[in-house]
This record gives sequence, C-alpha cells and structure tokens, in this order.
Amino acid sequence: MTETSNDNSTVLSVTGLSVDFPLQRGVVHAVRNVSFDLKRGRTLALVGESGSGKSVSARSLIQLVESPGRIVAGEVRLLTGDTPVEITRLGPKSPLIRAIRGRRIGLIFQEPMSALSPLHTIGDQIDEAIQLHLHVEKAEARKRTIELMRQVEIPAPEQIVDRYSFEYSGGMRQRVCIAMALACDPEILIADEPTTALDVTTQAEILDLIKRLQQQLGMAVLLITHDMGIVAEVAEEVAVMCQGEIVESGNVDNIFHAPQHPYTQRLLGATLKLEQASELRLDTATGSGSKLILSVRNLCKHFEQGGGWFRKKTPVVKAVEDVSFDLHRGENLGIVGESGSGKTTVGRMIMRILEPTSGAVRYTGDDGAGDSDVLKLTKSELKRYHAAVRLVFQDPFASLNPRMTVKQIVGDPLMINKISRGRPLQERVAELLEMVGLSADMMDRYPHAFAGGQRQRVGIARALALEPRVIIADEATSALDVSVRSQILDLLLDLQKRLDLSFIFIAHDISVVRYFCDRVLVMRQGRVVEVGDAETICTAPAEPYTQALISAVPNPDPRNKRMLHRTRFNSVLAGKASAAPIN
Amino acid sequence: MGQATTTAPHPHASPDKSVTDGRLQGLERAGAWRLFWWKFKKHRLAVGSGILIILIYLISMFAEFLAPYAPGDYGARYTYAPPQGLHIWDGENFSLHVLGYDVEFNPESYEREFIVDPEQKVPLGFFVKGSPYKMWGLFASDIHFLGPLDPSQPMYLLGADRLGRDMLSRIIYGTRVSMTVGLVGVSLSLFLGVLLGGISGYFGGHIDNAIQRLIEFLLAIPTIPLWMGLAAAIPPTLPPLQVYFMITIILSLVGWTGLARVVRGRFLAMRNEDFVTAARLDGAGEVGLILRHMLPSFSSHIIAAVTLAIPVMILSETALSFLGIGLRPPVVSWGVLLQEAQNIRSVATAPWLLTPGLAVVITVLALNFLGDGLRDAADPYAD
Repeated sequence: MTETSNDNSTVLSVTGLSVDFPLQRGVVHAVRNVSFDLKRGRTLALVGESGSGKSVSARSLIQLVESPGRIVAGEVRLLTGDTPVEITRLGPKSPLIRAIRGRRIGLIFQEPMSALSPLHTIGDQIDEAIQLHLHVEKAEARKRTIELMRQVEIPAPEQIVDRYSFEYSGGMRQRVCIAMALACDPEILIADEPTTALDVTTQAEILDLIKRLQQQLGMAVLLITHDMGIVAEVAEEVAVMCQGEIVESGNVDNIFHAPQHPYTQRLLGATLKLEQASELRLDTATGSGSKLILSVRNLCKHFEQGGGWFRKKTPVVKAVEDVSFDLHRGENLGIVGESGSGKTTVGRMIMRILEPTSGAVRYTGDDGAGDSDVLKLTKSELKRYHAAVRLVFQDPFASLNPRMTVKQIVGDPLMINKISRGRPLQERVAELLEMVGLSADMMDRYPHAFAGGQRQRVGIARALALEPRVIIADEATSALDVSVRSQILDLLLDLQKRLDLSFIFIAHDISVVRYFCDRVLVMRQGRVVEVGDAETICTAPAEPYTQALISAVPNPDPRNKRMLHRTRFNSVLAGKASAAPIN
Repeated sequence: MGQATTTAPHPHASPDKSVTDGRLQGLERAGAWRLFWWKFKKHRLAVGSGILIILIYLISMFAEFLAPYAPGDYGARYTYAPPQGLHIWDGENFSLHVLGYDVEFNPESYEREFIVDPEQKVPLGFFVKGSPYKMWGLFASDIHFLGPLDPSQPMYLLGADRLGRDMLSRIIYGTRVSMTVGLVGVSLSLFLGVLLGGISGYFGGHIDNAIQRLIEFLLAIPTIPLWMGLAAAIPPTLPPLQVYFMITIILSLVGWTGLARVVRGRFLAMRNEDFVTAARLDGAGEVGLILRHMLPSFSSHIIAAVTLAIPVMILSETALSFLGIGLRPPVVSWGVLLQEAQNIRSVATAPWLLTPGLAVVITVLALNFLGDGLRDAADPYAD
C-alpha cells in the first residue's frame, strides 16, 4: 500500500446488481438492483435480516454465487490498479477472477471451522494462499505466514504454525481466516457475518482486530451482518437490505439517528427496544418475596469421556459445578453465559433429559401436593412434572416433527396424556394457536410452511398445551431475526401475565435477558459467577467477568461506542488465547 | 447461505400472505409422502426405472400367459435354433410373422445348421391357443399372449437351448423365481434388520456393542464359501419349492446386516433430535415414541435401502444357481438358465444362451437407479 489510508477514493463500485435463482416454482429475485461503493479505508456495513440477499450480494462481487443463482444485470467495477476491471464480465471459473479472489479481494466466512481444512496444518493452508497468488518459494511463504499470524495477534506463531484447525479455538480460527484473507494485501476485505458464530467477548476482539488491520493497511471493508449493534460499533457507511433491495443507505450516524425508511426504523426500533427492560414486565414484576416454585441446590454434572474397550479414559469434564438458585412464582430468571458455560446442561438437568451427577432439584406445585424431589420421581410422577415444567427449544426447525401437521404437533401432548381427543382436541388446539398469535385455520399445515418466528410460536403453543407452571426457554429466540425476536419475547411476557407462568430463560444474548428477565444468573465454565437483579447486572455488575461480558456487547448507537472502550477481563482473554493447547 | 433462495414466507411479509397465495397452498398442506413424491418425480432416470421394475414384476405375475410356451416344452428338431426376427410386413399388408428354418446337416462338422427360409412364413397372432397351463394354479387356460397360429410351427424369438426349449419362455418364467427370491429374501432381511438394527440403535450400550460385533463377524466371512456351506446343508432330496425357500432364508440370513446398519444409524441420529426429545417431554412412552415419531421419519430411508438390497439378493441367487449350489432344474430361474452357458462351446454355438444374463443386468441396473432416486428423495426436508 503506497497510498495513505486517509485517501478515501472509491475502490469498488457496484451498480444495478441483480441476482436471480431460477427454481422449480419460478424465479426468486434474491438481489434486485443493488448499488453501492466501497471506499479505501472505510467500512460499509450491509445490514439485513435472513433472506434479505446480503450474502448473495457480497458473493457476487467475486463471482461466488451458489448454483443455480446467476447475476442477471449490473456492473461490479474494481477501480484499483491501472485499468478498472469489470468483474461481472469475467467467467466464474476463469483465471482472471481467480487472480482477483484472494489476491485483491479477501473473504472471511461466518463459520471458521468449515472454512479451514482439518487435513492440513494451519501453516500449510496460509502458505498455500500465499504461494498461489505471489508465486514465491515455500520458505519465503512460511516467513510471510508467521508474519501474518503475528499481525492477527496469534501468540507465539512459530510454535503453533504446524498445528491443525481443530486444535485452535473458535476465535483463533477466525484469526487464521483473517490472516489468510490478508495474505496478499488485498485492497478489499469482505467479511460475511465474521463473528456470528463466536461468543460476545471473542466477537469484540475480532472486530477490534479487523478495525486495526484496516487502519494499518488501508483496506476497504464490506461487513455483512444482521446485528445493528455491530454496525454502530465499526461501520462508517451503512446499506440496509430488505428482500433483495437496498432500502436505505448512508452515513452511520444518519442511519441510526435519522432513519428515513420505515423498514430501517422498524429494525432499529426492535434493536433499541431490547436495550432496556420490557414495559410489559414492569407492570407485572413480582418481588422475590412470592412463593418458591423451583429450587436447585448444588447441581453438578461431570461427563466422563472414553472408557470403551480399547479407549483410554480421559479426565472428567465438569460441565456444571455446584449451581444453586431459586425460582419464584411469576418470576423470570435468566441464565447467561458464553458457549461451554454449562447453561444448557443446567436446563436439561432440571428437565431430567440429563441426569445430574449430584445435587437436588425441588419443585413445589400449587396443587397442594407439596414439595417433590424431582430427581427421585417415579415414572408417572415424572410425567406429571413434565406437564407442569415445559421446555421451549432453541431451534424452531429441529424441534417440530416435519411429518406431523401443526394440529398433531400441538395436540400430541393432549392426546398422550389422554386429556382430550376428537372435536374438543381440535377446539383446544385452535385456542392454543390463537393464544400464541397464529390463526386457527393454520392447523392443517405442516411446519415447513412456516417461517422461523411462526414455528417458534407453534413450539410455544405445544409447551402451553398442558397448562404448565414453569417454562424453561433454552435460547428460544437466538435463531430468530431481531424484529421477530422482540415479538416472541412480548408474546411470552403477555402469556406470563395471563397464565401466571414462571420462566427460566437460558440465553447468550445479554440484551434479550435484560428485556425479559427479573433476575440473572451469570455462568462461566460450569460455575455461577454472579446472581442479581437484571438491571443491576446489565448496568453495574460487580464481578470482573460480568463487567467484561457486558461491556463487550455492541451498543447500537454510533455516538456511544461501548465495545471499543470495553473492560477486559484479562484472565478470560488469556484463557481464550490458550484454549488451544498452547503454552 | 441459501437463505435467499428460501421460498418460505418472509417473516416481515404479512403473516397471512401465504394463505392468499394459491400456489403455495398445496405445499403448505403437503405431507411428507407427497413431498417425497414431488422430489422423486424430478429424478427422471429413477422414475423410468421404477416403471420398468413394475413391468418386470407384472411379467413375473403373468408368466404363464405371456410366455409363448411352457418352460419344459421341447422340440427335438430345433435344438440350438437361433433367434428369429419378428416381421410385421409381408410386402403388401400387415401380417405378424417369423420366418421358418430349413435344417441342413453339415457333413463336415456333423452339426445341424439352421438356414432362414424367406419363403416359409410362420404367421403369428395375439391371444392364440397353445400349450395348456393353470393360471396361478387356479384356473386352466391355453391362451397365450403371443404365439404361432399353428402350434406345431416353430417360434423362437430368442432362440432355443440344447433341448430345443424356447429361451424367451424360460426367461419369462425365470423372472418369476428370480424376482420373488429378491422380494421374499429382502422382506425377511428387512424384518431381521429393522428388529436388530432398531434394538441396537435405540438401546445402545452393551446390546448395541454385541449386535454390531455380530454384524462385523458376519461381514468378515467370505460370502461364497458361506453360501456353499449353508447350501450344502440343504438335502438334495427336498422338493424344488422347499429348496427355493431354503435358499431365500440363506440369502436373507447373510443379507440383513446392511439394513440393520442403516436402521441403527437412523435411530442413533433420531434419538437426539429435538422433536423426539420434545415428544418424550410431552409424556410419550417408548413405543409411541418409536412408532409415532421415529419410524415415520425414516421409513422412506428404509424403502430406499430395501430397493438397493433387492438387486444384491437377485445377484446372489443368480450366482448360487449358476454355481450349481442354489436352485436346480426343473426350477427355472435366471441363474439356472445361465448354467446352460457355462461352457465355451455352447456359448460359441449359441450365444443367445446368455440372454438371461442380459435380463439380470437390466433388472439390477433398474433397481439400483430406482433405489438411488428413492434415497435422494428419502429426506424431503433436506433443503
């Protein structure tokens, strides 16, 4: 890079780009008449919810559209170098486009595990990228590899360059992908949801890194994301996509503080709504003085691995260690933690899908049955317990049997427990569907006819069928788009008010917990770090780990970039860095 | 990726958009089997193969009627008679006929030579009277689909074997035995495979371990010696029908392992599916869980696996019979017919003795294509 990074000339210009997917039942216009410019040293964020065509747009810049998609109109002009290159004219397999991919335009994918080959060492994979484009000797490529790895802040690159991708942690893998994308000093970096698969603290580090490298190298960055918070933290320019079209674009400050298009306003509204406690909850909030409904004491789960005929026994993994909490009637308790913190395991043990290694779970029904020790229930008692304490799953696609109609799915618990059948069953299912905001005439449809949010509503209707007291929602909204997410949360709050429910809400997303929960339990590596009032935890946490976690959450306000001034929990960062066995 | 290609209603489109959209109506209410059929229909080769397989099974059902002769009918005058061409035009008008033979004795090689005589026309007809038979052993008839109008005249569309028996008739009768061996054998394998594979996959642990080791043991034994050993245990005095059943049992005892592995794999994958966990939390018992949730989810996979197992059975029967340790004459199966083509000399003088092999190849290929198509369609929710 000879130019300085404050020269903001346009390096790539897209005009009127359209991509079609010819399918059996007609053509899907995935991208319609999209235009934008990438400028040197600047970040353009392409924002949109799933299915908005943002990834397809980005991929068409380097002719990587998946079959049967085709670029049907538009120009993509690469303006760096001596003569501008019209990328859409190049064949998807021509040597010309391959010289651009990786060489002049680098790409980072969402899933760093599948972007790396498990068969080759990390070093060899970066070497290959360098050798392909720069035609240098192996030894020289390796020198550059080490240098790149140092540039992306991988500690002690000489020692770990010959390890395999599975020996690296998620964040480290994404660093490797960035190193590969940077191997040939590209002028443009396309980052397709680079941090979606990562934990929030790791996400902050990776975004930091991209930002820093951009400043050093003067790259133009195209960041594709669904998260308005990330946009506010790192982007200068924003283009909002909806159903294949760019509905609004402009300066980040304008987009956030003076959005023009109703879709942008709605998207921002949904994001900002989740930045505070729900109004619905404030009305209903019951103090912790009310009756105890579920209490968990010293719950532990140890997994023993291996131990087959010829396998060596490996040390015990302590997934959950000494977790205790109480759930009161009408209360929403959030369990927050990063991946591997054991939060899902806790939920599954309360449901007895997993058997705890030790500890106690007591459930107090309001039918006067008194306390019951959940871990000692007989089969028929357990069936009654499962009717009172229900689980809502994370994945609205996997949790509904694709071979059953909605009526069968929602009615199944009623039929199995011999509560009703025939005509009354149908009426009850209709009532349940209306309760979750679906129309009753949808009950003959199959799950594949519904979008994610509607499916999650079906899942909630199934959970409500047996008139439960407690609902454990395991990441129930994390697979949903942000606007749908807040709708589902509002639905749950509304149901809570009407049906006198208590929730255990397991999530990795702090904003969801803040919106929904009264009290929050922060977990890390199987242990409880901190318990407290949701508002306190989210604004003034006491523990350093919680502080680091909270401050790493992107703030959807470009005037107040929280993530860049975050508190760092050093032992966490060190722990992450050495998650791969590196010393 | 691929998200942009989804046709599901967009979450922000009005939720009821799909209801008003008549084109989507069918898709929404389409159950798994209808989706399965839609996906299968796109696989043209598989659909064609499926039709062919249905035809072959129809042939085996109506063998007596479709075959011009009974399988044992022999004509001493026509040993190793070559195939006759079927003519439909006699120069002036439509007339279905074959040309007769002039038999000459070659004084040098002491062989009889058949020379086609263009003057000698053997008129043919549909639904002609021929040798009597009992359809499915129930009612007697002597009507054949195609045959010479005068039963004493020769018609050998695929030639004759060393006793002057019509190859075409014998292949048609062979279809019945060979195809049903496949079907009966597979049903037995299916029973064993689903039972043991299901137990293995559902209960896991030591039971799984034991069954898997048993399967590995069975797979480690070379098949042909195993067949030979088992076939040798069949008393030679047994009537042909019982031999037939014994052979089927032998084939399925060796062949269930593949199916068991498929079923076990599906069970293992299914056991941890969210919707199965959900049903368990709904209070479903083990039996309900298996019958209502798990089995329907992989029944189409089982059908595909079964379709791919039938050709293996057919080939095994053919191989056994060809080696002389399977079915024996007078039972007619493709393998038994191929026994005739065991020596070079007869193949050299009468290459049409290999036509049963062609029938085997066509059937096995068609079944494989069909199975491939079914397997691809087996999970209509894959994309």
